[in-house]
Amino acid sequence: MTTFRHLMTGLATAALLASGAIAEELTIVHGSIGRDQENLRDQLDRFEAETGHTVTIVSMPESTTDQFGQYRLWLSAQSSDIDVYRLDVIWAPQLAQHFVDLSPHVQDIIDDFVPAAVESQTVDGKLVALPMFLGAPALYYRADLLEKYGRDVPTTWQEMTETAQIIMDGERAEGDDDMWGFVFQGAAYEGLTCNAQEWIVSNGGGRIVELDGSIGINNPAAAEALTLAASWVGGISPEGVLNYKEEDARGVFQSGNAVFMRNWNYAYALAAGEDSPVRDSFAVTTLPTGGDGLPSAATLGGWHLGVSAYSEHQEAAIELVRFLNNYDNQKERAIELSRPPTLTAVYDDPEVAAEQEFIPLWKPVVDNALPRPSAATLRKYNEVSAAFWTATHNTMSGDGTAEENLARLEAELNRLRGPRW
Amino acid sequence: MAETAKKSRLSRSRTRSAWLFLAPMLVTLAVVAAWPLGRTIWFSFTDASLDLMSDARWVGFRNYLEYVEWGDGEGQYYGLLADARWWRSVWNTILFAVVSVSFETLFGLVIALVLNQQFRGRGLVRAAVLIPWAIPTIVSAKMWAWMLHDQFGIINDMLQGLGLISQPIAWTASPDTAMVAVLMVDIWKTTPFMALLILAGLQMVPQDIYEAAKLDGVPAWRVFRKITLPLIMPAVLVAVVFRTLDALRVFDIVYVLTPNTDATRTMSVYARENLFDYDQFAYGSAASTLLFLVIALITITFIMATRMDLEGKRS
Repeated sequence: MTTFRHLMTGLATAALLASGAIAEELTIVHGSIGRDQENLRDQLDRFEAETGHTVTIVSMPESTTDQFGQYRLWLSAQSSDIDVYRLDVIWAPQLAQHFVDLSPHVQDIIDDFVPAAVESQTVDGKLVALPMFLGAPALYYRADLLEKYGRDVPTTWQEMTETAQIIMDGERAEGDDDMWGFVFQGAAYEGLTCNAQEWIVSNGGGRIVELDGSIGINNPAAAEALTLAASWVGGISPEGVLNYKEEDARGVFQSGNAVFMRNWNYAYALAAGEDSPVRDSFAVTTLPTGGDGLPSAATLGGWHLGVSAYSEHQEAAIELVRFLNNYDNQKERAIELSRPPTLTAVYDDPEVAAEQEFIPLWKPVVDNALPRPSAATLRKYNEVSAAFWTATHNTMSGDGTAEENLARLEAELNRLRGPRW
Repeated sequence: MAETAKKSRLSRSRTRSAWLFLAPMLVTLAVVAAWPLGRTIWFSFTDASLDLMSDARWVGFRNYLEYVEWGDGEGQYYGLLADARWWRSVWNTILFAVVSVSFETLFGLVIALVLNQQFRGRGLVRAAVLIPWAIPTIVSAKMWAWMLHDQFGIINDMLQGLGLISQPIAWTASPDTAMVAVLMVDIWKTTPFMALLILAGLQMVPQDIYEAAKLDGVPAWRVFRKITLPLIMPAVLVAVVFRTLDALRVFDIVYVLTPNTDATRTMSVYARENLFDYDQFAYGSAASTLLFLVIALITITFIMATRMDLEGKRS
């Protein structure tokens, strides 16, 4: 088998050499979470076998905020060390100038992609990155515990709070002192912006910055949502949630110590994995709303592949981006990592539906996902997001009421905007 | 007459060769210290952004302080000097420096006094004490972050086991304990460094003074107060200056251990955030410049204060 593979690699390389292409050394950077790294390596091995190029992975920390700082530094220095970047869905407007316009290179396949995903990566007609996978968070819950206490799957935040409290108190009374009601991403970073905008939008409080750039965040509905969230900390959520990122929350839920968790889709494959204590007892649903008649809101996430304008191997890098986003690789990511694909057709694939039941169901959630205001606020997005998560974090840690912090946030956003975004 | 001429020619050539010997160091310093510092200061007076550094234009003091009129007779101050978050991070940094350096000096002194005694296995203990200092800060901060974790952390487990607390404490997350956690880890990590520098000072103290004191029957506490402490003071002060300089620039331990909030944000964290995370390179440069000025001011004040002290003793 190995000999055969070597032979094939040799032949492929020879064929490439004959056609004038040379084997190149590429570098791809991503922030690995869950099993991303193993999966990417497998796919890269196949790419190497097919093309004769070699690809090295540079791995970054889990926090998207940390990744951004480093990428900005490399790109501003016009470093040619990295050829392919895996970019967060919100970065395109801020980093557009540093990436190759992919649209002429993907003309033949671009119509197969989810239109909203392509649109989010298009800045002034330039395709900054080719969508790799999407993200729209879910409410993970312990079906066994809900059944035990005769509770329905909650549809509002208020219901979720009550159910969480009842089950947590009940389990603790039975001696499970480590049981908590709800875990989410409460550390002061981009993840908190995603969580908090879901609470506020689903409560009718509007967006952080509206699509037309106007600022209306300082309103009673938003304050109500943040006040409820602040009541969770130290109540149904551990106080440590104020420093939890994705993996901290998953650690608590997956070890069986939380009734509810808000997390991205990657956690599904891991929580359902063979070594997971909750593999048979959890299920997912859409995030709750603020009340009757209000919509559920799920932040649009996702990671997309861009080719650096400073890469010395742009042709091979584009080849790699196309390869990683082809049907087979997207399908594999959907099955192994529970990452919602960016190719519309994969959602209808029967094998995907059989392995990851929720993915076909998640199509409407992904289609209606709530974007962060990165397009409206352009280069100031990171500051807007930081101001927003600071207001939320302060409210949750008891430093001022929701009303006070939102009033301060409004003033801060107005200052940041100045005459225009 | 001829003699003085010869002398001055000699001293002139000596001066020349002194400059010649100094030149490589001066050139290196200019390249690696003066030039970057000068550039940072220059950028702090411009509207530079990380992507468009060459387009930077002079904007005067706008990054530091600017009064914006709203047109109806009212207005507001903007800029670093009017930014409450900046002043909070200055306060955090100074608090961190004062508390951590005080504890490190105290603990370092105690450990150095113990290690200066003759006992079996002293070499081994001296090496073992250095371990926290030898671990890279990022690694030890991450290690402590896990040990202090509210759900999986061993510290909470131990405190609960001893019955000291009933609920796990979210050490790094809660704004009340985040700074305490940072201080604790820093003191754990840097005390060995202080101990080592003070130990070096202790070994310079001549033994015969102690023998004389012993013959005169001076009690141990007085020996420490009147002999040991004054003689090791110069070494302690140098160590304190080094540590203070280091503590005022603190970045890694805060960045890795705690969430990015007002409770622990230091001047360096603030500057980095503006330089790289936000599109505010000029504003971040202004923060770096002020950071440099604050550190320079504190260090100069400290050195002047202690030098006066030393001169007082000499006379």
